[in-house]
Amino acid sequence: MKGFRRCIARALAVCMIGIGVPLPASAGMVATDQVQRASAERDRIKTFLERADVRARMEALGVNADAARARVDALTDREAADLAAKIDSAPAGGDGVLEVLLIVFLVLLITDILGYTKIFPFTRPIK
Amino acid sequence: MRRAALVLVALLAGCAAPQTSMLLERGPEGLPPHAELSSVPFYPQEAHQCGPAALATALGAEGLEISPDALTPEVYLPGREGSLAEEMIAATRRHAFIAYRLAPNLENVLREVASGTPVVVLQNLSLPIMPQWHFAVVVGYDLPREQLVLRSGVTRHYVMTMSNFERTWARSGYWAMVALPPDRLPATATADGYVSAAIALERTNVAAARKAYATALSRWPDNVVAELGLGNAAYAMGDLAAAEHAYRSATRAHPESGDAWNNLAQVLADTKRPEEARAAAQRAVALGGPRLAQYQETLRALAGDPPHPVR
Repeated sequence: MKGFRRCIARALAVCMIGIGVPLPASAGMVATDQVQRASAERDRIKTFLERADVRARMEALGVNADAARARVDALTDREAADLAAKIDSAPAGGDGVLEVLLIVFLVLLITDILGYTKIFPFTRPIK
Repeated sequence: MRRAALVLVALLAGCAAPQTSMLLERGPEGLPPHAELSSVPFYPQEAHQCGPAALATALGAEGLEISPDALTPEVYLPGREGSLAEEMIAATRRHAFIAYRLAPNLENVLREVASGTPVVVLQNLSLPIMPQWHFAVVVGYDLPREQLVLRSGVTRHYVMTMSNFERTWARSGYWAMVALPPDRLPATATADGYVSAAIALERTNVAAARKAYATALSRWPDNVVAELGLGNAAYAMGDLAAAEHAYRSATRAHPESGDAWNNLAQVLADTKRPEEARAAAQRAVALGGPRLAQYQETLRALAGDPPHPVR
């Protein structure tokens, strides 16, 4: 039974590839972004899977479903591919408060003064 | 040992960051010694919200008033306690602005500021082993004092030495972008970079992209991709006359562009000129190229006697 369900689910997943992939206004029309792409057909399936992947990761990271859909839609194929590869590791600008140990405090204090970092508001780099 | 450490400290402290020292030595041509965009708004960031705050600052500087809170659902990732650079760019486009990534050098940042555009930057304020990623907005500089002015965190007028800024900025791979309405060209824009940004905008906002293509053509009149984009955007908006005009001018300036002939054929067919359409499609097929299959499809559809029932 379980195997049967999985089989159906897989078949459905394959059928759904293509749904939601925007087609050019007319089938024969060359879209502007196509000019920059190498092979259209293979890329379309790949980008579809990457977008689904990014959306799922966004939801797992706390973005609600509607917002995640809109955010993925706004990405170019290249950006979607980048995020699919590194949404969990890419730099996330957040400026969180560092929980620093004393030794780390001292290191950052010195690097701040040398002008290599900028953690503490009271430091002034010597150069 | 202690002496070695002292020597190391002296060495490290003695040298300015590479781009900064080159910039100061050379004294780049046509760049005023200082500039500051004091009218750029300031949104003090709340916890982890430097992404939305920086974006609201950049959009606000160009007359789009929006609060960081309204941008949070577009860029912030709760699970990462921060915002990603890719999404800063995508969210900019969602507001009908061009998001343009600057070439990775400090001089371009200063040139944008000198021309009146604030620059969103990504810094790692800490060390690579323990990163503290941060978005801020460069709004001013002073070459003689070797300083930059930023809207950063909770500080409206945040002054950093250029070397200090460069080192924290280098860790992001010198990530910097400007956000501009589609009728304004970034001061440091290249044809390829700007047209790519316009293509990305076409995905989210066709009308804005159409303006951006027109802006690109006013600066680079020979750019065939921009001309094609102008036609495609007009076509998508149902303005077939404008689309035809753009495709025609693309075929005149670039008779070797199969794409231009192919799309011209389509718009001619749509406006009931089958003879001309067929001739244009034949030109495209004769030229060939990577999208030959598509041109052949256009030609086949034109040759098929019964008109296409859809639409």
